[in-house]
Amino acid sequence: MLQISDLNVYYGESHILRDVDMHIPEGQMICLIGRNGVGKTTLLKTIMGLIKPRRGSVDFLDRPINHLSPDKRARMGIGYVPQGREVIPRLTVKENLIIGLEALDNPPKNQEIPEEIFELFPVLKTMLWRMGGDLSGGQQQQLAIARALMGKPKLLVLDEPTEGIQPSVILDIEAAIKKVVKATGISVLLVEQHLHFVRQADWYYAMQKGGIVASGATSELSQDVIQQFLAV
Amino acid sequence: MLIVQGLLEGLFNGLSIGAVLLVAALGLAIVFGLMGVINMAHGEFMMLGAYTTFIVQNVFKTFGSPWSETYIIFALPVAFLLTAGFGILLERGVIRYLYGRPLETLLATWGVSLILQQFVRSVNWVLAIAIVIFSALFFGGLWFIAKRADYDRIKTLVWTIMLPLSAAISGAIGFVLAQTFKLTVTKPWFGAQNVDVTAPAWLRGGVRVFGTFQIPYARLFIIILTAACMAGIYLFLQKSKWGLRIRSVTQNRTMSSCLGIPTQQVDSLTFALGSGLAGIAGCAISLLGSVGPNTGQNYVVDTFMVVVVGGVGKLAGSVVAAIAIGTVNYFVGSGTIALLVQPIKPLADFFTFFATASMAKVMVFFLIISFLQFRPGGIFPQKGRTVDA
Ligand SMILES: Nc1ncnc2c1ncn2[C@@H]1O[C@H](COP(=O)(O)OP(=O)(O)OP(=O)(O)O)[C@@H](O)[C@H]1O
Ligand SMILES: [Mg+2]
Repeated sequence: MLQISDLNVYYGESHILRDVDMHIPEGQMICLIGRNGVGKTTLLKTIMGLIKPRRGSVDFLDRPINHLSPDKRARMGIGYVPQGREVIPRLTVKENLIIGLEALDNPPKNQEIPEEIFELFPVLKTMLWRMGGDLSGGQQQQLAIARALMGKPKLLVLDEPTEGIQPSVILDIEAAIKKVVKATGISVLLVEQHLHFVRQADWYYAMQKGGIVASGATSELSQDVIQQFLAV
Repeated sequence: MLIVQGLLEGLFNGLSIGAVLLVAALGLAIVFGLMGVINMAHGEFMMLGAYTTFIVQNVFKTFGSPWSETYIIFALPVAFLLTAGFGILLERGVIRYLYGRPLETLLATWGVSLILQQFVRSVNWVLAIAIVIFSALFFGGLWFIAKRADYDRIKTLVWTIMLPLSAAISGAIGFVLAQTFKLTVTKPWFGAQNVDVTAPAWLRGGVRVFGTFQIPYARLFIIILTAACMAGIYLFLQKSKWGLRIRSVTQNRTMSSCLGIPTQQVDSLTFALGSGLAGIAGCAISLLGSVGPNTGQNYVVDTFMVVVVGGVGKLAGSVVAAIAIGTVNYFVGSGTIALLVQPIKPLADFFTFFATASMAKVMVFFLIISFLQFRPGGIFPQKGRTVDA
């Protein structure tokens, strides 16, 4: 579904990603782990098209997408939940969700929020008319995920969805993601520090200094790897 | 009694000056306030709107009444569409390469404003026909060739051949036309002099309120027009699909594009909307006096003032600022304040000194500068660059 080959990314002259190869098969949940500042967010931004790689390619649905702008990638079916949520602050929660429909080719005429969204994230239902920027961090995170799901993505890209969020809400978010994957069979690329959540994935990639240094099935995630790559 | 009448008169006149300022500033509130683009050619877009009104008036005159009395109704949408079109050209052709570089944008759009001023001075049939032929040849040709698969490879070659070729052909045709038909085609359409738009009969005169004080219909028309534009913009931004996209992009461009919003189209549309509103403003000011190539320059500073004083990005702020500036301007300029403080001799002398149109402006600028010292963010300051209608 998503194939990354020989990816090299720079910020100015500093070399951030080095020869990254990654494969995300259809219907699988892949987790990317690594310590702070190794380049996880940079990789996701390159997948979205926010940063242009100097070398290497990103293919989605067997098509090279290197030259496509972020909005075209979103329309192809990549749903992005960035680190820091990026909820649009002066739009209401409902408007934030409706913006999520932009990724669809034929958005429904009536701009109603489907019930499934509220089943996944019940808190949102009661605050449709609040400004997105007035929500708490945890609520904003749920809104950001719900917004990405509104566009019915084929690949959901999540950047540290549990960062700075209380344990009970982390479990809610985890459960919601699992439910979506089960119901729709979409692929997920997850950047995560939280071990419990990492274990939900099928496969992990571990990153160090901008390169992939280990990968394997999460069921075989050893204490060693956990010690080395997760800030636990 | 006299004082009450003076006050009321002042308030209404201030409101009507404010309405003119506001209608002129609305487009800028969108282009500068929402997009953060400093468009020095905004005044020239107003000037184009005013000239469009002039043309529409002349065309409708030939139809006889009742058309010659209703031209203004038709001039409004025509001016809106024409300047919106110019706006799209400017955005696609120049400004989009300069986003995030205010200094370059300022210089480039200033250049465009000079070009537009000279354009209305010297436009004639030869120039118009040459431009049309050039565009047809060059852009038509490009469009045709761009369909070829190997376009990217031969792009430079195509440009180096097509550009001089189209220019030469259109230049030659223009030259031949000028030689054959002489003055009939080389006479400028408008020339450097001002042109006059005569308000239709139903906009001349005014309603008498009391005593000698009357409200001119033309002013009333502008106030209503401004209110209608405000309501239109508000509804468009708050209720329409594109309005939501515009609000989203102005608040968080990166995330908006990651969600699938075509940000380039949104930019063009926002710019077109702001420019179109300048066209409508041009229509309105053509009712107040003659218009010339420099008309735009008289307004552009004032409109920037309105947007800055109101608070960049706040449409409501622009409304308050426009009315406040208009009112102060009138009260000082007409000598009403001087009249009010007559008992206190030195104060009265002071205000009498400022009681001319140009001195009033000096005073208003001074007040604005001092105001911005205390509130640099304007009347309604805001955090970040967001839109709030
Ligand atoms: N805009 C930028 N300009 C220059 N350097 C940057 C920029 N953004 C990130 N970097 C650098 O790139 C490196 C990788 O950053 P990135 O955000 O991808 O890390 P990360 O793995 O997501 O870290 P975290 O776990 O803290 O989110 C860091 O060293 C960072 O300092
Ligand atoms: Mg990160």
